[in-house]
Amino acid sequence: MKRQNEKNKGRGRRQAGFSWTWVGMQAVHMVILVILVSVLAFFLLSVSPIDPLQTNVGQAALGAMSPEQVEKLKTYWGVGVPPVERYVSWAADFLRGDMGTSLLYRRPVAEVIGEKLFNSFWLLVSAWLLSGVMGFFLGILAGRKRGGICDRVVTGYSLFVASTPAFWIAMILLLVFAVRLKWFPIGLSVPIGTAAEDITIADRIRHAILPAAALSITGISSVALHTREKMIAVMESDFVLFARARGESEYSVIIRHGIRNILIPAMTLQFASVSEIIGGSVLVEQVFSYPGLGQAAVTAGLGSDVPLLLGITVVTAVIVFSGNLAANVLYGVVDPRIREGVARS
Amino acid sequence: MTGNKRRMTAICFIGAVVFLSTVTILGSFWQEAAVETDFSRKNLAPCARYLFGTDWMGRDMFIRTVTGLSMSIRIGLLTAAVSAVIAFFLGLSAAVMGRFVDGIVTMMIDLVMGVPHMLLLILISFACGKGFWGVTAGIAFTHWASLARLIRGEVLQLKESQYIKIAEKLGKSRFYIAFFHMAPNLAPQFVTGLILMFPHAILHEASITFLGFGLSPEKPAIGIILSESMKYLAMGKWWLALFPGLFLVLVVLMFHCAGQAVCRMIDPGSAHE
Repeated sequence: MKRQNEKNKGRGRRQAGFSWTWVGMQAVHMVILVILVSVLAFFLLSVSPIDPLQTNVGQAALGAMSPEQVEKLKTYWGVGVPPVERYVSWAADFLRGDMGTSLLYRRPVAEVIGEKLFNSFWLLVSAWLLSGVMGFFLGILAGRKRGGICDRVVTGYSLFVASTPAFWIAMILLLVFAVRLKWFPIGLSVPIGTAAEDITIADRIRHAILPAAALSITGISSVALHTREKMIAVMESDFVLFARARGESEYSVIIRHGIRNILIPAMTLQFASVSEIIGGSVLVEQVFSYPGLGQAAVTAGLGSDVPLLLGITVVTAVIVFSGNLAANVLYGVVDPRIREGVARS
Repeated sequence: MTGNKRRMTAICFIGAVVFLSTVTILGSFWQEAAVETDFSRKNLAPCARYLFGTDWMGRDMFIRTVTGLSMSIRIGLLTAAVSAVIAFFLGLSAAVMGRFVDGIVTMMIDLVMGVPHMLLLILISFACGKGFWGVTAGIAFTHWASLARLIRGEVLQLKESQYIKIAEKLGKSRFYIAFFHMAPNLAPQFVTGLILMFPHAILHEASITFLGFGLSPEKPAIGIILSESMKYLAMGKWWLALFPGLFLVLVVLMFHCAGQAVCRMIDPGSAHE
């Protein structure tokens, strides 16, 4: 809780000077961070002692090959080129929109990421919205009255879920709803053995329900717990006491004083949870064999597909930082104090 | 009434610690029993003799689970401690060593928090060549960010306080002030942060091992047990996934309980709540 306050204090100071210049500064900051992420990821991937040839070709096959063939494979997997040189050429290509070629899928990385992101998109967005909205309402319900029944149930649920790995929840859902009850398919994003043009939207939705549910169940807990804390702080404040003394009803207190005051921290939370949802999707997609971005990251990591892993890291970093940027800009739009500050300056 | 609450907290704490140490110690004694195969008892559903059932190689799932969790707990303790120490020094140096260092550390915190946690774990574990050290380094180097931010904020506040200013006027060096005046003040924050890091570290250890980046498949780690059980889910062998998972949740909850209890006992304000 202290940290949250700390953060908000920092924000408050910065918000005082909200303007388009400030937004521009934030955007520049974001670009620098993305560049640093790419440098960090590149560094991590290049110091790896894992030999891509051993992993993907295999010791036995390597032994049977002629030296020329091995040499050819080495250039294919980029063995022996100094990392700085490789980074510069990679970054130059990246800026031109060429992210390199995925070594496992043997297609351009941009194309692979585009396809995987398309598969994951609705899964991520629905889980993100669902967990945000549900978490917000559960948080309000719990924070309305500290120590009440709602509070205990919501806090208990959140603590339990926060102590449960996302992939295990996914496995239990799979076990109950797909294996036992047979309501939903066991995996993948489309039915097996159907031509691409025969796949209906209903098929896609049916395949996405369980993964989305697993992601939302884990996502709700942190949003609910944080919203609850803010709500408690508001409900125990002097202005709520005064509103009650004036004879305002419980409903009106919550709508007019409670929700209005926790909307801004809730927005930060919502945008900060983007990173968590993407992280969770890595695990959940693995359980459901859902061919999305998260599963591609795991495949790339296990198969030493460096260009793909690098591309995925940079793309997710862009998504996460854009979320943070959007939250900061929305602050200015929503918060009347900042709006007036802009008008005055 | 207050005494009662304090006693309850203490009992909670002791119970959790006893449970966790039992699991850790039992697990380290059962290393051999966990890999013992016996095909005469394969695929047994849970019964009185084999509490969690047995798998397709006739290994006792209860023993395997406890051994795996024992390893998880040890890795969790190690990595959380390393992470907390990193956080402590970075947070302290950010706030004490001037604006330039502060800028760098803040940037590092933003950087680590900007990449989704699982992805960063995959990257670091890949950089270390997977295996035991991949997991350990991955978890140790990704959990410090939020605690470092917390400590940095705390130090920034301390810097404004009178006694630090007086110490500066008395001509004490920055390092003297940092270690002898600030560090004791940060101890409660540090301990709380450290303890609340354990559950996260254990969960992430299980997750990264589950994805296949962690320990080698023949080791009985909880992530490996669960990822193996995935293949048998569709065949109706539910006990392979359910019980080890529940036990993992129980361990994490116990850590959480112990952590909360310590926080409550350290913080004099809430001890009497």
